Amino acid sequence: MWVRQISIFLENKSGRLAAVTRLLADHGFNIRALSIADTSDFGILRLIVNEPARAYQVLKDAGFTVSETEVLAVEVPDRPGGLAGVLDLLNSAGTNIEYLYAFVSKSAENALVLLKVENLEKAVEVLTANGVTVPDYRVVHQI
Amino acid sequence: MIWDRIETLPREEMEILQLERLKAVVLRVYRKVPFYRGRLRESGLKPPDIRSLADLQNLPFTVKEDLRENYPYGLFAVPLERLVRIHASSGTTGLPTVVGYTKKDLRTWSELVGRVVVQAGVKPRDVVQICFSYGLFTGGFGLHYGLERVGATVVPASAGNTQRQLRLIQDFNTTVLVSTPTYALYIAEVAREIGLDPSKLGLRLGLFGSEPWSEGIRDGLEAAFGFKATDNYGMSELIGPGVAGECRMQNGLHISEDHFLPEIIDPETGEQLPPGAEGELVITTLTKEGLPLIRYRTRDLTALDYAPCPCGRTTVRMHRVSGRTDDMLIIRGVNVFPSQVEEVLMEIDGVSPHYRIIVDRRDYLDEFEVQVELAADYFTGAFRDLETLERTIKERLQSIIQITAKVKLVEYRSLERTAGKAKRVIDKRIM
Repeated sequence: MWVRQISIFLENKSGRLAAVTRLLADHGFNIRALSIADTSDFGILRLIVNEPARAYQVLKDAGFTVSETEVLAVEVPDRPGGLAGVLDLLNSAGTNIEYLYAFVSKSAENALVLLKVENLEKAVEVLTANGVTVPDYRVVHQI
Repeated sequence: MIWDRIETLPREEMEILQLERLKAVVLRVYRKVPFYRGRLRESGLKPPDIRSLADLQNLPFTVKEDLRENYPYGLFAVPLERLVRIHASSGTTGLPTVVGYTKKDLRTWSELVGRVVVQAGVKPRDVVQICFSYGLFTGGFGLHYGLERVGATVVPASAGNTQRQLRLIQDFNTTVLVSTPTYALYIAEVAREIGLDPSKLGLRLGLFGSEPWSEGIRDGLEAAFGFKATDNYGMSELIGPGVAGECRMQNGLHISEDHFLPEIIDPETGEQLPPGAEGELVITTLTKEGLPLIRYRTRDLTALDYAPCPCGRTTVRMHRVSGRTDDMLIIRGVNVFPSQVEEVLMEIDGVSPHYRIIVDRRDYLDEFEVQVELAADYFTGAFRDLETLERTIKERLQSIIQITAKVKLVEYRSLERTAGKAKRVIDKRIM
């Protein structure tokens, strides 16, 4: 299984982001990673939480426009050139990256980065063959 | 000055003339227009049943839809070879409303615009700059020939290029301005920006029409230019400009009722209302040859005043139009119906049936925004899908309503749901 990311469509108006985080807090979810991409009119909030299936349902029931996407979590050495090395590998394998964002990680030596790529299997194959750690989805969702 | 003696006809004589012309036009459409023959038969009427002006209310209405369904020439009462001019205005679902004029219609049109401009105060010595576009739109050509008819000097400047308009006003000694009220406000602003005082341009009169405007805008225009700003009324289906206009009293618009027989009806029931009551203006064209219309519903809300006017004219005055019975919007001079927007949205996957139209005016230009809810199950989480959706909506709207809209995707269930008629349009423009 893959890491499951929840995307939420948000209008750019005050209070919408807070409404999402408040709702998740009230239901006891822990936000593991998040990113926002926006235009002047709307934004997409992407979240990694513990219990993604239940969080998806809670958000949907509350009337949010949500979708689920499978993404890849990759450990990146926490030193200059760490991310560059990983991206070079994917690039040379012809794997296109739609977007990426970093994890709120407590781990000391490695940073955790989330990647949205077209072909997950292929990306994992390239990365693990070159010694990059791709943590299991359970680790990502629950650490 | 009064252009035509007929504008001072005593009421009884006017009614005799109207009845005579009404009988003739009903007979003519019965003979020449299959649509009207059918309509009259359906209502069990024959032309000889029109014996008094009161019988008018037994005749069926004509609506804009009828023109559309008979696009383009179906309601014309003369063969094409007798027409010498075609004009058109935008329709409710993309099909324009087409109007045709015979030689006599064009002469009538010039005469009627002549009345309107003379009662507004135009003199043969005036230099009149027309800032309406010349084309299918009736505004430009209508005013043009009417002003020439009364001997004014016409500068057919057409619309746009404001700096050039100002240059022409100064170089040609323009004394009268013809435009939409909002464009005139813009001209005043541009004048100030380049260091000119609009009130020192030598303009002494403004003739305004083709969009709704308020007394507040009139005050603003009169203060800016130091001239008299007058209102006139018309619509292409009826003839174009020239249906009615203000005299120097600026207390209602005199209708040329020897050519346009007016009624006010209750827009819900269709019942004729007594003089003075506010309702929908319905007009029967009494003299038109190309496109005669029986009881045409204008959708404009107004009231009629038969009291004598100090200017000496006896023709009935209509109040300034206070609104519309339908939801038609006029955006940058283009007629837009929310139903057109709705139709476009319904054909696109990914949007819910809930939308809202926001109209605003910035720097004298109308802005048209369509907010639409993203369908709950369409959201993929990918940015480009949303961008593609926005672009698709924008392009389809552009091709149907011919104006550039700002499209804004909003969250599902974020627009108001009401049990009754949804509030689809928010018009923030100050009228």
